[in-house]
Amino acid sequence: MPSFVITEKCDGCKGQDKTACMYICPHDLMVLDKERMKGYNQEPEQCWECYNCVKICPQQAIEVRGYADFAPLGASVIPMRGTDSIMWTLKFRNGTLKRFKFPINLRPEGVSDPYAGMPEPNYDDIKKPGFFNFAID
Amino acid sequence: MEKETNSFQFVEKPAVEEVDCDILILGGGMSGSGAAFEACRWATPKGLKVVMADKAAVERSGAVAQGLSAINTYIGDNDPQDYVRMIRSDLMGITREDLTMDLARHVDDSVHLFEDWGLPIWKKDDEGHSMDGIQARDAGKPKLRDGGTPVRSGKWQIMINGESYKAIVGEVAKKALEQNAAATGQAQNLYERVFCTRLLMDSNEPNRVAGAIGFSVRENKVFVFKANAVLNGSGGAVNVFRPRSVGEGLGRAWFPVWNSGSGYAMGIQAGAELTLMENRFVPMRFKDGYGPVGAWFLFFKAQATNALGEDYCAKHADSIHEMFAPYDEPMGTNLRNHAAMIEMKAGLGPIMMHTDKAMAKLAETMDEKALKHLEAEAWEDFLDMTIGQAGLWAAQDVEPDKMPSELMPSEPYLLGSHAGCAGFWVSGPGDIAGAPAEWSWGYNRMSTVNGLFMSGDVVGASGHKFSSGSHAEGRIAGKNMVSWVLDHADYAPTIKESVDELVAEMYAPLELYAKYNSYTTAPKNVDVNPNYISPRMLQFRLMKIMDEYVGGVSTYYTTSATLLAEGLKKLDVLKEDAARLAAADLHELLRCWENYHRIWAAEAHARHINFREETRYPGYYYRGDFPVVDDENWKCFTNSKYNLETGEWEHKKVPYVELVAAPTPA
Repeated sequence: MPSFVITEKCDGCKGQDKTACMYICPHDLMVLDKERMKGYNQEPEQCWECYNCVKICPQQAIEVRGYADFAPLGASVIPMRGTDSIMWTLKFRNGTLKRFKFPINLRPEGVSDPYAGMPEPNYDDIKKPGFFNFAID
Repeated sequence: MEKETNSFQFVEKPAVEEVDCDILILGGGMSGSGAAFEACRWATPKGLKVVMADKAAVERSGAVAQGLSAINTYIGDNDPQDYVRMIRSDLMGITREDLTMDLARHVDDSVHLFEDWGLPIWKKDDEGHSMDGIQARDAGKPKLRDGGTPVRSGKWQIMINGESYKAIVGEVAKKALEQNAAATGQAQNLYERVFCTRLLMDSNEPNRVAGAIGFSVRENKVFVFKANAVLNGSGGAVNVFRPRSVGEGLGRAWFPVWNSGSGYAMGIQAGAELTLMENRFVPMRFKDGYGPVGAWFLFFKAQATNALGEDYCAKHADSIHEMFAPYDEPMGTNLRNHAAMIEMKAGLGPIMMHTDKAMAKLAETMDEKALKHLEAEAWEDFLDMTIGQAGLWAAQDVEPDKMPSELMPSEPYLLGSHAGCAGFWVSGPGDIAGAPAEWSWGYNRMSTVNGLFMSGDVVGASGHKFSSGSHAEGRIAGKNMVSWVLDHADYAPTIKESVDELVAEMYAPLELYAKYNSYTTAPKNVDVNPNYISPRMLQFRLMKIMDEYVGGVSTYYTTSATLLAEGLKKLDVLKEDAARLAAADLHELLRCWENYHRIWAAEAHARHINFREETRYPGYYYRGDFPVVDDENWKCFTNSKYNLETGEWEHKKVPYVELVAAPTPA
């Protein structure tokens, strides 16, 4: 659809005002049906299959079914995104399975101060090329 | 049709919140994130307020939202002049070499920071084999800034484990903004899910930006941002042309489907001068999935052939030389497309990429473990940046080591950060030897509108920046915006336009829908109503016009003065009908405005193609009436401006100046 939400698994992010998939989708596709408390992709033909909703879903309730106008049925690509790496499971239409694990982030704890250890800007250099951390003379 | 005005009889007026700041950043993609990082550092000690608006969440917004498998611009040990030469050659001889030289001296610092912030970058081990970012760290390999050796998939590209590239870069931008907010007493300075529709002009100073107006996609609220300097970093234009897949696959554009030409539209409507807006990018990619081929060509040395197994570039080298020399040495992206298109038109498709042969050849010199590693690297190339392609290969039972895969040139895209160069004419740095004085007006990356800066996709004549270059360019603009604000410290923005009128215009699609939707029995998703047009159908109409008249896939990228004249007429009517766009909710309101922006980007593109009476970019588009490169008349920039007073487009030629000499033949 391309991304779709599995009814049984989705818990609507437990009644928060927005779901994780709504927060992350770069194209504003995911919405919460407040009556059923289930998320869904409201505009599947605008989906880039970027998988950000799939990766962020705390219930692993979101998967992707390939674009129906050219992708045969029966395959799946499922990520499990951890803090420093991501695991991918590819299932081919013929049943072949492939698994891959790739690094994603060497500092999963994040960056607390973006300027830690960097020089202060020198305003005498503001008209010169270079950035705050180095001037080009 | 009778003109409709919105007097808020059917929907409630939104709350209007005014946000005052010194620096406003529109778009939180790579260039916006770079701008926030750099601008906040200079702004905070001076008490200057920096604000960012993004239509999505910065964690995953912009062209890098899905991730990337490579950073395409890292200068490293290379000669920056060679970088200029490569770009000039790939863009058929016309590029702003001052902007590129400037970028080359800045870009590596951004790449070094990405690594500091946690981005895993591949390194070479002692035997010259590739290690991923974690292996390299665990083996104690130094960072790039400390002399680590990257794995290059081409002269300028380095391989990364880039699934979280944007999350990493965006997080730092958000932290920088947070620190600025805390230090300058702003309760909020990051406005996510806010879509800006128009730039606001100053009422006292002509040709001076004063802010922007946008709406929340989550609540009935409009934001009027007032600023001393504004950065337009809101991306390129996708699905302006009818794509090859028009069902669900409409979304599987090569460039992100959310790039709606907003940066182009807002800049044009503020009167900023464009350059090379006729340029476009048509990537040749794996068919339908549009997965990357660069690593396959460059890293795996795979060959692409016609159906007979012939190397189509070699086959047509002589005729291409005859028609397009000297731009065929080396043969750039568009000319390789051109060669493939000759074959396709002759029925000698499909064009196949021989991944199987490439991997078999590598297997001759590799053991099984190394080969397994190589296979994983090949899949990672997809999984880091075009997951849909991995899904498509799985659905088609394609195993790249066992069979070739088909390539296809895509629908056209408008962009200035990747291998295209359509965008605005900006001030250069002013200190690059040989650059004409009129290429710089004091503030690097400022457009021809005072206070309005540009970065990333919307900067013209400066292609091949890619993700790292866009970040660095955002930083250049960010720093220069601070410089601008410090030099114009007594400026107080006053909005020329009537905010009430702008709000009414912004919400008109909601009003129109509420007013008329009960006229027919159709439910929301079956929208046939003579009183309005849905954003979806407006986009289909735009894509059809562009495809058929402005050189889309259905005419093999060919157009002419007569086709363009007809297309422009239809675009004019479409613009009129855009005043009849209707939206059932805020999500559809977003789509209405995105597609309105697409029309402006499309019109600029069509007008530029019409002005340039030659075929400068064969393989991207063809003028059937002027089928060759005409250096005598057209080796120049083509600039245009939408005149805000008259509503007319003004076109002119601007001389191209070569700053980096061709290498002396050995």
